[in-house]
Amino acid sequence: MGTATETYNYKVVRQFAIMTVAWGIVGMLVGVIIATQLIFPDLTQGIAWLSYGRLRPLHTNAVIFAFGGSALFATSYYVVQRTSQVRLFAGPLAAFTFWGWQAVIVLAAITLPLGLNTSHEYAELEWPIDVLITLVWVAYAIVFFGTIGTRRVPHIYVANWFFGAFILTVALLHVVNSVQIPVGWWKSYYVYAGVQDAMVQWWYGHNAVGFFLTAGFLGMMYYFVPKQAGRPVYSYRLSVVHFWALIFTYMWAGPHHLHYTALPDWTQSLGMIFSLILLAPSWGGMINGIMTLSGAWHKLRTDPLLKFMIVSLSFYGMSTFEGPMMSIKTVNALSHYTDWTIGHVHSGALGWVGMISIGCVYYLIPRMFGRTEMHSVGLVTLHFWVATIGIVLYIAAMWIAGVTQGLMWRAVNPDGTLTYTFVESTKASMPFYWIRLGGGLLYLSGMLIMAYNVWKTVAGHKATDAPIPAYAQAHA
Amino acid sequence: MDILYLLVPLSVVLVLLIAGVLWYAVRSGQFDDLDSPGFKVLLDDDTPRAGGAGERGPSDDATGTRDGER
Repeated sequence: MGTATETYNYKVVRQFAIMTVAWGIVGMLVGVIIATQLIFPDLTQGIAWLSYGRLRPLHTNAVIFAFGGSALFATSYYVVQRTSQVRLFAGPLAAFTFWGWQAVIVLAAITLPLGLNTSHEYAELEWPIDVLITLVWVAYAIVFFGTIGTRRVPHIYVANWFFGAFILTVALLHVVNSVQIPVGWWKSYYVYAGVQDAMVQWWYGHNAVGFFLTAGFLGMMYYFVPKQAGRPVYSYRLSVVHFWALIFTYMWAGPHHLHYTALPDWTQSLGMIFSLILLAPSWGGMINGIMTLSGAWHKLRTDPLLKFMIVSLSFYGMSTFEGPMMSIKTVNALSHYTDWTIGHVHSGALGWVGMISIGCVYYLIPRMFGRTEMHSVGLVTLHFWVATIGIVLYIAAMWIAGVTQGLMWRAVNPDGTLTYTFVESTKASMPFYWIRLGGGLLYLSGMLIMAYNVWKTVAGHKATDAPIPAYAQAHA
Repeated sequence: MDILYLLVPLSVVLVLLIAGVLWYAVRSGQFDDLDSPGFKVLLDDDTPRAGGAGERGPSDDATGTRDGER
């Protein structure tokens, strides 16, 4: 099969790569707005659609599923084609995943401000949208595994294992977590109630972190870091061990979100132990990624894409250390419900997920338009520094605010009464909310710099689909 | 905690499935060679030629050996 003109399907990669930037700006802008609302509660004049409670799920959905999701689609479609040396399986289905996923995002952007919300965190969308997500995801699985099935290379590259596990697990999580009884087009009730519901929620919630926000992005890391560095993965063997260790041990970290609740004590301890175990595979992967640069460290000085990727891995290491520590019950007694958690999440989201995605999109965009590099490498470097300073300000502010809140809430007078009222802890947090807003603004402006750079790279250049190398077709 | 009667068996089934896939992958020789796959990804040159479509020849930096490998 195949002729000399057979090409890779870059169209869908291109679409998702561009939308990663667009949705990134939208999601982070909403983040900046709600960060401002925490300083000025009356910012949106009491308009219900723009209230914090409605915009906050819009922010999380936009950055996780629109920005992160688009990045995952783009990179997984690119990696699976390039490493399998075959065109994407079922082209029309791949196009459906793009338009279907965009429809999900647009529906989310309409329904969440209207207050249509199922109450499950990171799964707020009502059931008709859940059905559409399921259809898109099944199509995604067919396209991805169909491509693996028709590959021209016998070995399945490790990145594809990570992407594959991410696709299958997210399907399972989504189905179990979305068992609802509809009572109308835009209203439904979960079949779970009380602590059962909480357990399902966090079984889903933390595994979404593990598989959507970790496994998928590790797939990116294992392809794009070696490619950009021009070095093979530090230890391919370790990458395979990393994969199996991670997926065998991830599933039971969820209960650490429910410490000191009605959840049975042994389940809480189980969640804590599995969370601590996870430190090993996480750091194995982080070290493997960073050490890929061994012998090529000088490239970090000049290559902003590598800067993004390596700093991203450093944040991955930091947040996968911080996470297990926060899952320890005694630490959690201090950190839970405080802004420390917000800081931890953003160390993972802005640092790990955001920076690896940005690095990979900078890698993809020129190649999608037949160019060798971005319009301005200097602007990429500027983006890197703006984003890095933004993250550091954000995380440091939330650490200080979080620990302050935790200590103030638990402070007791000799007679057993609370030393501080809640509002005093809010007042003490205010300066740090300002710093957090500054950090968020910096990160958002980085994305705007990126959008300009992408526009200049793309404008006036024809979209190109790279041919599949003749030697690959010959060996088919 | 009736939900654990769903979630715990689900995890056990999942671990068995993962173990099955691992067993199959090992048996089918996926992990027999854990050295060359890391290099092979680098041999696939995905950088477009400057100023035109198509793939660039084995010209510059990075891997060095890519032409011979092909």
